[in-house]
Amino acid sequence: MTMLDTPLTGRVEGPKGPDHHPDHHHASPTPIGFWIYLMSDCIIFASLFAAYAVLGNNFAGGPGPKDLFEPGFVLMETALLLISSVTFGVAMLKAEKHDMDATTMWLVITGLFGAGFIGMELYEFNHLIHIGAGPDRSGFLSAFFLLVGTHGLHVTFGLVWLCVMIAQIRMKGMIPANMQRLSTLSMFWHFLDLVWIGVFSFVYLVRLI
Amino acid sequence: MATEAHVQAPETWSPIFGRLTLDWIPYHEPILVGTFSAIVLGGIAAVLLMTYFKLWGPLWRDWITSVDHKKIGIMYMVLGFIMFIRGFADALMMRAQQAMAAGGAEGYLPPHHYDQVFTAHGVIMIFFVAMAFITGIMNFVMPTQIGARDVAFPFLNNFSFWMTVAGALLVNISLFIGEFARVGWLAFPPLSGSAFSSGPGVDYYLWALQIAGVGTTLSGVNLLATIFKMRAKGMKLFDMPVFTWTTLCTNVLIVAAFPVLTATLTMLTLDRYLDFHFFTNDLGGNAMMYVNLIWIWGHPEVYILILPIFGVFSEIVSTFSGKPLFGYKTMVWATACIMVLSFVVWLHHFFTMGSGANVNTFFGITTMIIAVPTGVKVFNWLFTMYKGRVRFEVPMLWTTGFIVTFAIGGMTGVLLAVPPVDFQLHNTLFLIAHFHNVIIGGVVFGVYAAVTFWWPKAFGFKLDDKWGRRTFWFWCVGFYFAFMPLYALGLMGVTRRLQSYMDQAWQIYFIIAAFGAVLIACGIACGFINFAVSILRRKELAVGNDPWNARTLDWATQSPPANYNFPQDIVVTGRDAFWKMKQDGFKWSTNYTDIHMPNNTATGVIVAAMALVFGFAMIWYIWWLAAISFIGMIATVIAHTFNYNQDHWIPASKVAETEAKGEVA
Repeated sequence: MTMLDTPLTGRVEGPKGPDHHPDHHHASPTPIGFWIYLMSDCIIFASLFAAYAVLGNNFAGGPGPKDLFEPGFVLMETALLLISSVTFGVAMLKAEKHDMDATTMWLVITGLFGAGFIGMELYEFNHLIHIGAGPDRSGFLSAFFLLVGTHGLHVTFGLVWLCVMIAQIRMKGMIPANMQRLSTLSMFWHFLDLVWIGVFSFVYLVRLI
Repeated sequence: MATEAHVQAPETWSPIFGRLTLDWIPYHEPILVGTFSAIVLGGIAAVLLMTYFKLWGPLWRDWITSVDHKKIGIMYMVLGFIMFIRGFADALMMRAQQAMAAGGAEGYLPPHHYDQVFTAHGVIMIFFVAMAFITGIMNFVMPTQIGARDVAFPFLNNFSFWMTVAGALLVNISLFIGEFARVGWLAFPPLSGSAFSSGPGVDYYLWALQIAGVGTTLSGVNLLATIFKMRAKGMKLFDMPVFTWTTLCTNVLIVAAFPVLTATLTMLTLDRYLDFHFFTNDLGGNAMMYVNLIWIWGHPEVYILILPIFGVFSEIVSTFSGKPLFGYKTMVWATACIMVLSFVVWLHHFFTMGSGANVNTFFGITTMIIAVPTGVKVFNWLFTMYKGRVRFEVPMLWTTGFIVTFAIGGMTGVLLAVPPVDFQLHNTLFLIAHFHNVIIGGVVFGVYAAVTFWWPKAFGFKLDDKWGRRTFWFWCVGFYFAFMPLYALGLMGVTRRLQSYMDQAWQIYFIIAAFGAVLIACGIACGFINFAVSILRRKELAVGNDPWNARTLDWATQSPPANYNFPQDIVVTGRDAFWKMKQDGFKWSTNYTDIHMPNNTATGVIVAAMALVFGFAMIWYIWWLAAISFIGMIATVIAHTFNYNQDHWIPASKVAETEAKGEVA
């Protein structure tokens, strides 16, 4: 009789687990669980995009996209985030080879690009509020700040996770549990990239045409 | 609930207590002081008894920190029943008020108080009673139905439960500190915006729902991953019991709909706290966007509540008819159709918005189409009973009561789906009668049926039959007395949420409805007496592992199940797996092996406690406390991820010992 051996904590076996595994017919539920979570997050963004679509022209006599958005600046932001996705990809390749130092280095680089993106976003927000185009100015700006800000909060959360991840890799090494976490974080990071492409296109680009 | 709306200027906020002042404590309200004293005295008595019987340790170790899906399921049910008392007390207060306040009489509840009561009633009944019940049943039953040892993410399950509790606590705290919202259970702006609701009531509403909503969404993710990844070997999707199917569809709805609620409530929160303009009247806000968004969540929500109950009745009907469910595949497809259709009907909640004949027609037709898969289900249940050997045990009694009552409620729903009719009946008591007809006739009857059905599995003894029947008959008759008069009143044009009314011809209907509410109160009392009597007589009511001659794997465990559920791996070869095992004369092998199980953890309850503090601090503008509790939550979660030893092995010898005990019982 084989036993029902399920990685119940949603991770593959850590270094200290007993080494008898008669039958792993259950794959770890973590990847699919995290996918489902990402889909629900996607719906949060969908709601915010919808709000932006509804309120996007309600300027209430205030400034509109053409007065506020600077294509060059946003392009730069976008580049930072997209490059960070590439560097995360490199980190994953290094992790596959169990090269801890290289993985750490590429994760740090990823974090720096991410932090650069957040820095630029904070600068933009601060600037807008400063010139009287804060979220309390109009329905359009409310929707803009919430959508872009929610994405920014996600990236910030990703950065915190990235720091924790680096610490855990340094402490425990490239053990299966950490590999699982790393690939989950990678999914999260690429997901945010994808959402940003939507933000870049629908919030900035089409409004500037 | 303070009597007056306080309008506080920002200058009066204290840096330490925010806008919380002594004026917000309703010590001058006899009803609330009485309630508060009763709760305090009861609480003290409970604490003393717990201490006397040395129960704190077991409570902490075996329940509060438990990651066992069965215990979490039971705790959800306890939460549901406790909140049910609160929600029903609100209902009785409303029925009493409306029975009195006719023809210029003011009744005993001033509008300020009455408005809080109807808001609290709706919020509590949906979010903390019905949701708690169905999440509890899904948690307890589904993993064992698919032959799993636990859910996919046991820690997350514990955390989800405690977040729900934190939300429920916030709603109850509003009773004694400050006030609750006076805006109806969906808090439509602009009434719920800061311009018209400046007090903390709406903020209690927002933070309670946000915190509980985190729990609900994560629980949805968890149960979906469980169904996808944890099924016993050989169990294909179309081998799953119907209850598991309905759980699957419900959780798809949860994961797809609750994020919309989160986003919508966030927008309202920003409107209130940071002067955003999503739903305000001025500066480009759009209040009807809120109504659209909230119903895009709200309509799937009613199916989130009813689908698992359809599953419960399917299991009960086939068990007590001694037959496989009639039309298993059509049942599954009907469930899936309802799941999809529930997302394309939201506008029927506000045909009167004025979106034009074409839009209203579309949503009217989609709404009527939902009656088709629902009708398929009703016929499947009837055909399952047809030529079966039906045993009218208590769960079956609830089932027949459900089929009749729910069919009536469904038909009044189809009436409301016709836009011109809805223009007459929108927001009248006809609507109130309709949704109580389906929620009581469906969800509440279903929960009682489920509790009666799975109680022996959870505790090893049946509920008392006589008290079970009394519960049913009081509830069933009480329901018709309480809500049929509301249909009549609705047709006369009486709108919902009236604190008083001039036309004395209406009063008799309200008095009959109040009488019905009293009958329901008797039903609820019988239900609780049933629990007490059965627990006292548990020795004589004790039963084996399969008291109803059931068909699905949840009955293959011991009663109560061992924490690992099944001593060995199960291989499933078709539907009604346990029925098949019984026919094949299945016996567990005595060749046990070690079993891998998750560790209990206190992280969930600690983080949820901090979330409660965070919510309270945000409601009262106590910013320093909000910051501390928020950072505390993040830090605790991060610390939790540094613990890599989150599971343990139960040695084979221990499994053998537990199984031997089960044989004797």
